[in-house]
Amino acid sequence: MTAAPEHAPKMAQASFAERIGPWMPVLLVPVLCVLGFMAIPNTSSWLTLTVSGLAMGMMIFIMASGLTLVFGLMDVINFGHGAFVSVGAFVGISVLLVMGHMTEAPSLMLNLLALLVAVVGAMIATGAMGYAFEKVIVMPVYGHHLKQILVTMGGLIVVEQLIIVLWGPEEIYINRPEALKGAITFAGAALEKYRLVAVAVGLIVFGAMRYVLRRTKIGLIVRAGVQNGEMVEALGYRLRLVFVGVFIAGSALAGLGGVMWGLYQEVITAHMGNQAMILIFIVVIIGGLGSVEGCFIGALLVGLMQNYVAFLEPKAALISNIGLMVAILMWRPMGMIPVVKAK
Amino acid sequence: MIKSLFSDDLPRSVVLSVILGVILVCLALAPFLFPGVRTVDTAARICIFIVLVASYDLLLGYGGIVSFAHTMFFGVGAYGVALALTHMGRGFDAIVVGALSGAVVSAVLALVIGLFSLRVRAIFFAMITLAVASAVAVLVSQMSGLTGGEDGLTFKTPRALTPAFKFGGELFGVKLNGKLLAYYFVFFGALVLFLLMLRVVNSPFGRVLQAIRENDFRAEAIGYRVVYYRVAATCLSAAAAALAGSLYAVWLRYVGPDTTLSMEIMIDILLMVVIGGMGTMYGAVIGATLFVVAQNYLQNLMGAAAGLVEGVPLLPDLLNADRWLLWLGVLFILSVYFFPTGVVGRLRAGR
Repeated sequence: MTAAPEHAPKMAQASFAERIGPWMPVLLVPVLCVLGFMAIPNTSSWLTLTVSGLAMGMMIFIMASGLTLVFGLMDVINFGHGAFVSVGAFVGISVLLVMGHMTEAPSLMLNLLALLVAVVGAMIATGAMGYAFEKVIVMPVYGHHLKQILVTMGGLIVVEQLIIVLWGPEEIYINRPEALKGAITFAGAALEKYRLVAVAVGLIVFGAMRYVLRRTKIGLIVRAGVQNGEMVEALGYRLRLVFVGVFIAGSALAGLGGVMWGLYQEVITAHMGNQAMILIFIVVIIGGLGSVEGCFIGALLVGLMQNYVAFLEPKAALISNIGLMVAILMWRPMGMIPVVKAK
Repeated sequence: MIKSLFSDDLPRSVVLSVILGVILVCLALAPFLFPGVRTVDTAARICIFIVLVASYDLLLGYGGIVSFAHTMFFGVGAYGVALALTHMGRGFDAIVVGALSGAVVSAVLALVIGLFSLRVRAIFFAMITLAVASAVAVLVSQMSGLTGGEDGLTFKTPRALTPAFKFGGELFGVKLNGKLLAYYFVFFGALVLFLLMLRVVNSPFGRVLQAIRENDFRAEAIGYRVVYYRVAATCLSAAAAALAGSLYAVWLRYVGPDTTLSMEIMIDILLMVVIGGMGTMYGAVIGATLFVVAQNYLQNLMGAAAGLVEGVPLLPDLLNADRWLLWLGVLFILSVYFFPTGVVGRLRAGR
């Protein structure tokens, strides 16, 4: 028998590259801001673009967060996620139109109250729809990616058509609430009020999600479920129920994102969800499937990129995001913050 | 002879054989059996969509890979021919050059997308193709200098393929003109491409693809490089789709984003594959025929049904002719659950 090898721990500090590694994705956002600052000659237009990029990123994050969690938890890929965005927008905007006297009043409080009611209405509607969608469409095809993609795509078609049946085929133009119209001037740059509200809402949602995922028991179960579902079930938690809950929450968030996206674009169509899905997928892929933080950073990157490039070279805006995705996948093939093991 | 023509993959069901035979005869003699501009146009669309759907089935049904960029490849082929005919003059050489370059560009695009996404995980492919395809569609409508933008391109096909070209008088009451030749150009082009794809899926390569679809882990363990096979299938199917697009451009003498690149066509292709039957080339024939015929004629029927239930709340809206996609979507979901092998699988099982 040979003796056990000498135990010789080394007390070397991790190299700079090792220490910076986990923070690289976070650093990308300021790096992109600085790059934009250098590329755009005018400081005030840079500030305007940065705020609108952040606002756009926040809205995409709100819409995409549910999708990434649903995938991480149950390995379910929902191509019909865009349907919740559309339904949320239509329900929310309908509520806003009904409460026209409140949105037209020049009082900020009344406007925000109307917006809150619309958002809650949209979230309840899409949450309920998410429950139905999960039960009817997704449940029978667990563990079968091909069928999931096909069936959820079919669900998207049906929901889009039902929206047209209920609301008519024309696009609906909307006015933002009175107090959220226009812009404020800050350091010579015009910042649209609505975009500032969008940034605030996005930060609140991200903060709340992080709190729930990091500080509560249910968040612990969800995070553990993403990492190793079988083990969590072996410990006696019914992951199925958790998953249904996450699906409903994700759908409701998509509805919230839909209302905000609709107000941002000031026009809603039945296909808006499907169009938003393109950006959502890019965000979810570059963030790393299953990672909320990655999704957040990815959304900000995509939002900023889209706005900077649209200013510099309008035709390249969508292509630039594809380029961003390619670059990030070359750097980290599983996305910036990979959570789910390759299955 | 017939056996080798069909690559030893016969329909294996009497009903299916009869249906396929009827479709073949109807398509082959369409200008004589159903003379009329609209019916012949429908027949040509069926031929082209059979090739397009079969090439998609090569990917989805045999490879088990979902792509949302198939209309992009279709469009690349169509625009290839359109650009060649616009810039090289109205000759057959332009068609050949355009179709081949379209096919090559498609295959290269597919190779790049495939290497990027399939090496990580197959599910990325569906998402990335969706993003890339929509970006390309936007790009095509923006680059109006080259592609004509939203208006598309109208161009001249070789004189022998236009209605102005006449040879001989009439045959069975049908004028013998270039339109007839154009139809047979499309028909035989489609037939050859279809038989070629039937050959591909019944080759050893096709068998490996099916093995990967059933269990990729196991296929890898046996010693097949799963990524290579998947990427190769993507390229082949992209090239075939591009050739179908070339046929479409020759037939329509027009290309535009709505007719070749739109998401609606992608959804149509998905519906055709699933309803016809995934994993059998014959499913593409049945699916495309059913769908195109339904698209042209079912809408009238639905309009009539909507007229019948007028006065009942909501029902007329649900039965509105423009809402037929709603019912197809429902049919699509149900067929994925209950008949994943589609019409062809049903017929074969019930033999």
